[in-house]
Amino acid sequence: MYPASFSYSSPTSLDDALALLAEHGEDAKLLAGGHSLLPLMKLRFAQPRYLVDLRRIANLSGIERSAGELKIGAMSTYAALAASDLVRTLVPMLADAAAQIGDPQVRNRGTIGGSLAHADPAADLPTVMLAADAQMAVVGRRGTRVIPAQAFFVGMLTTSLAPDEVLTEIRIPLADAREGSAYDKCRHPASRFALVGVAASIRLAADGTVLHARIAVGGMGPMAVRVAGAEAALKGHAPTAEVRHAAAALVAAAVDPQEDLQGTVAYKRNLAQVYAERALASAVHRAGG
Amino acid sequence: MAQITVTVNGTTEHHDVEPRTLLVHFLRERLSLTGTHVGCDTSQCGACTVLLDGASVKSCTVLAVQADGASITTIEGIAKDGQYHPLQTAFWEQHGLQCGFCTPGMIMSSIDLLRRNPSPSEAEIRAGLEGNICRCTGYHNIVNAVAAAAEQMRAAATPAHVN
Amino acid sequence: MTAPTTPAPSLFGASIKRREDPRFITGKGRFTDDVVMPGMTHAAFVRSPHAFAIIRSIDTSRASALPGVRAVFTGEQLAAAGVNGLPAGWLLPDIKVPYRPVLSVGHARHVGEAVAVVIADSAAVARDAAELVDVDYEPLVAVADTATALSHPTQIHDIAPDNRCFHWSIGDAAPVDAAFASAPHVVRQRFVNNRLAAMAMEPRASLASYDVAGDELTLYVTSQNPHVHRLIMGAFVLGLAEHRFRVIAPDVGGGFGSKIFIYPEEVVVAWAAKKIGRPVKWTATRSESFLTDAQGRDHVSEAEMALSNDGKVLALRVKTIANVGSGLSLFAPAVPTYLYATLLSGAYAIPAIHCEVDAVFTNTTPVDAYRGAGRPEACYLIERMMDLSAKHLGMSPVDIRRLNFIPAHAFPYQTPVALCYDSGNYEPALDMALTKADYASLLQRQAEGRANGRYIGIGFSTYIEACSIAPSQVVGALGSQAGLYESAHVRVHPTGSVTVYTGSHSHGQGHETTFAQIVADQLGIPMDAVDIVHGDTGKVQFGMGTYGSRSGALGGTSIYMSLQKIKDKAKKIAAHLLEAAEADIEFEGGKFYVRGAPDRAKQFADVTLAAYLGHNLPSGLEPGLEATSFFDPSNFTFPFGTHIAVVEIERSTGHVTLLNYIAVDDVGNVINPMIVDGMVHGGIAQGVAQALWESVHFAPDGQPLNASLMEYAVPRADQLIKYNTGRTVTPSPVNPLGVKGAGETGTIASTPAIANAVMDALSPFGVSHIDMPLTPSKLWTAMNGSTGGL
Repeated sequence: MYPASFSYSSPTSLDDALALLAEHGEDAKLLAGGHSLLPLMKLRFAQPRYLVDLRRIANLSGIERSAGELKIGAMSTYAALAASDLVRTLVPMLADAAAQIGDPQVRNRGTIGGSLAHADPAADLPTVMLAADAQMAVVGRRGTRVIPAQAFFVGMLTTSLAPDEVLTEIRIPLADAREGSAYDKCRHPASRFALVGVAASIRLAADGTVLHARIAVGGMGPMAVRVAGAEAALKGHAPTAEVRHAAAALVAAAVDPQEDLQGTVAYKRNLAQVYAERALASAVHRAGG
Repeated sequence: MAQITVTVNGTTEHHDVEPRTLLVHFLRERLSLTGTHVGCDTSQCGACTVLLDGASVKSCTVLAVQADGASITTIEGIAKDGQYHPLQTAFWEQHGLQCGFCTPGMIMSSIDLLRRNPSPSEAEIRAGLEGNICRCTGYHNIVNAVAAAAEQMRAAATPAHVN
Repeated sequence: MTAPTTPAPSLFGASIKRREDPRFITGKGRFTDDVVMPGMTHAAFVRSPHAFAIIRSIDTSRASALPGVRAVFTGEQLAAAGVNGLPAGWLLPDIKVPYRPVLSVGHARHVGEAVAVVIADSAAVARDAAELVDVDYEPLVAVADTATALSHPTQIHDIAPDNRCFHWSIGDAAPVDAAFASAPHVVRQRFVNNRLAAMAMEPRASLASYDVAGDELTLYVTSQNPHVHRLIMGAFVLGLAEHRFRVIAPDVGGGFGSKIFIYPEEVVVAWAAKKIGRPVKWTATRSESFLTDAQGRDHVSEAEMALSNDGKVLALRVKTIANVGSGLSLFAPAVPTYLYATLLSGAYAIPAIHCEVDAVFTNTTPVDAYRGAGRPEACYLIERMMDLSAKHLGMSPVDIRRLNFIPAHAFPYQTPVALCYDSGNYEPALDMALTKADYASLLQRQAEGRANGRYIGIGFSTYIEACSIAPSQVVGALGSQAGLYESAHVRVHPTGSVTVYTGSHSHGQGHETTFAQIVADQLGIPMDAVDIVHGDTGKVQFGMGTYGSRSGALGGTSIYMSLQKIKDKAKKIAAHLLEAAEADIEFEGGKFYVRGAPDRAKQFADVTLAAYLGHNLPSGLEPGLEATSFFDPSNFTFPFGTHIAVVEIERSTGHVTLLNYIAVDDVGNVINPMIVDGMVHGGIAQGVAQALWESVHFAPDGQPLNASLMEYAVPRADQLIKYNTGRTVTPSPVNPLGVKGAGETGTIASTPAIANAVMDALSPFGVSHIDMPLTPSKLWTAMNGSTGGL
């Protein structure tokens, strides 16, 4: 309940934040909403020596549409995402996910950037980022780079973000009219994290067949993953219940669940199947299918 | 030590705090506002819920230094001019509390819930209280209390007919 | 005892808003952790990370050197200072009672056992320093599993071979064996009653200070029974005389049994405050609560029921292994014996019952009384067996219950397992519940659903339970080391206001309201003129505290008895003032008057003032107006009722949705229906949660697997529904208020109602039993034709 001692700064510019990161190296951790980091610090599972709070840095939050992208500031809260009309209409699976993270108080504080940088295997947003083909805008002292979501998540609690870099913005390519997306999750009865979460983005051709699909699954393995096989199973087909079922079966085959108090491996694979079918059905429906 | 300035229940406070001080400990120990409770250490129970710039937060998962410059409302600050907040009245009238330990957090969460949704359904009330645990009431009368307060607040917000 | 008398219906029986609420809704409640003292220091405990280990050495030097640290103590130091171990408060024949030091000496026997304590100027520094205490452990092979503890090669305590704490039995085996030998039907089932965490919202806390000048130790502690804390800590552990040791249990944020017991931390805090000469505070983190608060249930039972062809229960035979954890918590031996096996007759006339219990030690958190305490385990077993028997015989679960109910004319009813039920009338409650549930329509809806792949289940629990456990002479003979009466002192002040000092302790039960209702009702004065004082041994004469749904029946009755003494004396004074014969004085609506001449009257306050002025009293009558009573009833009380749960199981995921929950309870007379309903609601939530979600798990090596709210699924509002409650009223004849007790009915009744509903929903799949918690994974697996891993 009492974190170990640390030093704290809340710089007012990104440059200052980067300088502090450079100065303190591995001892430093960035603090956004704190809803991944502070719980670990209270239990002393994490004991950073130096916290760099991003809250005073201008322009790190906000959601705006520009040139074929939805730009989301890394400090945007889950509540802001869930309440955003832009997100709801342009990336509905992100609104689905944001509204189901934790609980209302958590959503009022937790941020998209914090969640993505933490990369908890049971978190919701990494899964959505994969299915959205999101681009992570990252700023470091060596400059700015953009990391595709698939290259951003590299393992359990691990991203390709360097220790001296800051995730500043998430850019999501916009869907066209015949694209629909959805996220559905089975929540852990206590923590409310995802036992399994499936994000699906479906683009339909004029004839109603699937032009392309992006499907990602999280919660059942060290990190969220895209399921190329399931995407391929949809492509070129009318997304009937049978086709969706077959694609969901490939999602279930792709996960790597562990037996625990929440269920057997077979049960968890079944959950992946069921929630993949639900996400796919909803995405297809939203795509006008 | 870090210096912070916060407005708590309308009063501006300047304090030196250790960076590791949680907002809930700052409120309880430095300001003696012990109505905000600590019921867990994993950010689940919601007993520590306060409003930070109007939004409900778990004050056990906010550092006091993160609240620098913010306005905070605790359970002690919601009655106005000696009048209970409608949620306080409703929790009392609907028997929405037993041991009373979760109650301040429940009420603070409910304030935010009704701010976002003045006319919640029963399901929306239950979902809106997802971040608060009660072990006594089975939530039945808490849900009733929030619904009753919502109705009362809507009625109060509707201008009376003038002939 | 004479026939029940129900006081006039003005305040007794009214849903009065609670008088304690204004302080809680404004944040002005005063819980132990809210109390601050000058010079206060903070304790942090070093806890064993091992389930079973030898403590080779403890090096406190690094911790002691940290700035801000006042002291570091180990078990050896406390033992050397004369601090005794924690005693067992209920003893059974041949029970093994291992020495239980407040800080480990030699071995640590469960994860989280307190090994050392650090006292520092701030809680944060105390925690910093606790991490610097170096303990050299030699881990040993641990025992965690209830069912196999008796045959495990590891022996946890030298004095307890086979890890057996005790073997105990009740009932007469011979008629049971005879009934089974000739019965046409025998139904057998093994049951696991899953372990629960109490999870009172307020974590345990204690704050002690020692006043050198007055040589008095004061302890604020999260206790359901401060006098019991004072008696045990003073007399048995610390060697303090009671007049120099004050225990205060201020507002307490829920207990559910877990705050009855004396825990190591409060002993250490009390001892250390005197030792270092400064106040010492400790407040548990939730993580510590999960590891150290006494837990509940944890039985493995084999049950057999013998039945006639027409569904009459002929006999019941039960063998239970009860896990008591690493050592004996205060009342642990009573829970799987006198609070459990004595209830195995349920609501039914069962001619022969025999139950054997083996209590076992394991390297797990101690188990003791929790929310129902033994009675939920009994109710679950008997109510599941009734359903399994009905299914075996092709009977309706309603019919088999009705057929076996103890008939209304049979009360008081002596069961074959020691208890004599005070009063009961079981069919009206069942009928009311069936009506509320619209059972015929439900059955139709269930049948239609099944045809469409929807799996609705209807579950019954026609329960009884036992409250206001007594009398002291009897429980003493059965092993209790304490009396189980209750006391009240009523002090009428000169101007007619009243202070009641009760030995009951309210931690959510609303005593400040219900007890005031009794007083105001009896004296005809406003409730505002009545103050209820509890929870402070410095103020209250004595008390046994609040648990086992005892406060209304025992605490309330002792107040009632004092009020009769007050009225008797006041009547003498009124007669004197009115110059009438005492026998001619009536008391009604706060007024004494001469029978037949209502204008010849004195107000209550006139009489109380006269009592204190003493100018004009009947000769020989002492001035003043106060009375003390201790009520030790002749028997337990036995609430009963019918709960019906309606659930639906999602075929694809095994998720269970509650569709309806009906609770018809008979708790005797009701003082405040609003409060009783509230307690029933909360109990139902816990009972539902045991059936579906909550379960404490340990790995085979004794490591806890879900000791956090991140893993242990306490239900939230969105998992539950509105409960449909109703009531029948069968007063208890064993106390003058006619009340039975309402704090635990919901918990006791609801777990089997839910389990029966789930199993009913699964009946198309040919599944007859799954052990709790009925997780989606287990249900899905069952629906998919496999019992593997169940």
